[in-house]
Amino acid sequence: MNNAFLKSTREAPLPPPVSTSGVVGWLRMNLFSSIGNSLVSGALLLFLVWLIPQLIDWAFVRAIWSGESGAVCRVDGAGACWAFVNAKFDQFIYGRYPEAEHWRVNVIFLLLAGGLMPLALPTFRYKNHVVLFMLTVFPFAAFVMLLGGTLGMPQVETNKWGGLLVTLVVAITGIVASLPLGVLLALGRRSDLPVLRIFSVLFIEFWRGIPLITVLFMASVMLPLFLPDGVTVDKLLRALIGVALFSSAYMAEVIRGGLQAVPQGQYEAARALGLSYWQTIFQVVMPQALRIVIPGIVNTFIGLFKDTTLVMIVGLFDLLGVVQSNFTDPNWASPQTAMSGYVFVALIFWVFCFSMSRYSVSVEKRVSFNQR
Amino acid sequence: MAPSQKLVIDINGLHKWFGDFHALRNVTLEVREGERIVIVGPSGSGKSTLIRCINQLEHHQKGDITVNGIELDENIKDIEAVRREVGMVFQQFNLFPHMTVLENCMLAPVWVKEMEEVDARAMAMKYLERVKIPEQADKFPGQLSGGQQQRVAIARALCMEPKVMLFDEPTSALDPEMVAEVLDVMTDLADTGMTMIVVTHEMGFARRVADRVVFMDEGEIIEANAPGAFFDAPQSERTQAFLAQIFND
Repeated sequence: MNNAFLKSTREAPLPPPVSTSGVVGWLRMNLFSSIGNSLVSGALLLFLVWLIPQLIDWAFVRAIWSGESGAVCRVDGAGACWAFVNAKFDQFIYGRYPEAEHWRVNVIFLLLAGGLMPLALPTFRYKNHVVLFMLTVFPFAAFVMLLGGTLGMPQVETNKWGGLLVTLVVAITGIVASLPLGVLLALGRRSDLPVLRIFSVLFIEFWRGIPLITVLFMASVMLPLFLPDGVTVDKLLRALIGVALFSSAYMAEVIRGGLQAVPQGQYEAARALGLSYWQTIFQVVMPQALRIVIPGIVNTFIGLFKDTTLVMIVGLFDLLGVVQSNFTDPNWASPQTAMSGYVFVALIFWVFCFSMSRYSVSVEKRVSFNQR
Repeated sequence: MAPSQKLVIDINGLHKWFGDFHALRNVTLEVREGERIVIVGPSGSGKSTLIRCINQLEHHQKGDITVNGIELDENIKDIEAVRREVGMVFQQFNLFPHMTVLENCMLAPVWVKEMEEVDARAMAMKYLERVKIPEQADKFPGQLSGGQQQRVAIARALCMEPKVMLFDEPTSALDPEMVAEVLDVMTDLADTGMTMIVVTHEMGFARRVADRVVFMDEGEIIEANAPGAFFDAPQSERTQAFLAQIFND
């Protein structure tokens, strides 16, 4: 019998085939692997060749960087009017917050940055402490510092707050409030108790079913009608509550998706060990559910961050509102003023949102576990 | 070790319906301390449902279950008290994937028994050694083979020092070459005198380890006997047909 197809000795491992490395190899592999691919790549390259020089020309080469008034930007052929952004920068950041008190806002900004930075360091050991500090001490400190009226700091009414400060206050309140509320609502919607379930469903569907603009309008126009005479609720506070409730409904649905993705066996194993319902939820189910929906959670955060611009509609001046209101300053009227202002706003928002996005990617990588 | 006379589980006239489907029909079963019971039967016969009723992962609708002197009804405190004394091993292992092997084993002692972390760790290592994988303690379940995962699941249940262990088809999801390592651990456990109820298709294990083999079909216990008598001289026609099917493969 011919046994030639059977091995009598062990085959030695061979080196892997030569990879198509190098710049030319990479280009051929990724951009010009077929006629269709080459056409698309070529068209996109041509588009970029057309676009990028113009952008650079407008934003840098022909841009006006400084000046005392809009006159410097009203010359022929001028590019972006960064002088406008430069001159109004303090207002864009602090709104009408008194200049002498800007240091208070700066302290809070620094605290915020100082609290968030260590979370991005994978090797930092005291993350839990920092998170606890940011969730308990920080909001309280921010409230006292920004509002003042105690500890020898003059009070600064919230109607003087503005710019990036208001954007961050609204966004961070919404983000911090929506996560725990969303967790509770998501659990409520999956509860066996009918009253709790119906309440959660009604709450979620109500807030998800109306536009944020309507929420803000109702909070600022209708709410005072229902309050007794003489009782007023701060305009910013009303917007904050509206945004927090609105975003918690979205968050609840994202988290519910995560809860549904955790296999039934996980609940059963935990309950069979004798864990109570809440222990099962917080030790076993929620950690897995939240990991699964990190992209969805961050997506909601980013959406919320950008939606804060809507508070403009009820007379609060967030970053976009302040910048826009300065377009009407006759001193700075120029063909490039509005364009430059919007690009500046877009850039700030993009930096924040892109940071959140990158942070979520790093968190996802760090907490990913080997699923079966 | 011979079973004592002390009754650990007393099931009397148990009925269970899933919607219109009558899953358990008048099941009566007594399990004594140290007894090893193997439940066999075709799929859908109610074997798993029966042992899941013992720790109330399924709630029965009629009949009585008494575990360790606690009669089970709707009372969640009673149910949780029983679950502390009854360990369970699942077909799909159901390890917690976000925790290391060690954390899996420490979770219930720390949270349910409120044990000190040091003691829980020592306990976990003791049982990981018992199932012969102490060196995997710091890995995540996803990094282990199926057989290793199932042994961790056994250790996790043992860390609560239960009086009874329930096994719900513990080897059915395993690759064939890993079945033996899990059965070995279970045999060792049986040798320590643990009260065990095992739902399985491993007839060799049933013959070697069981004190009694229980045959279920269509939600009923058809026959229960010592393994020698059960396999060599089955009484009922349905048992004979089932065994014929299995051994003629």
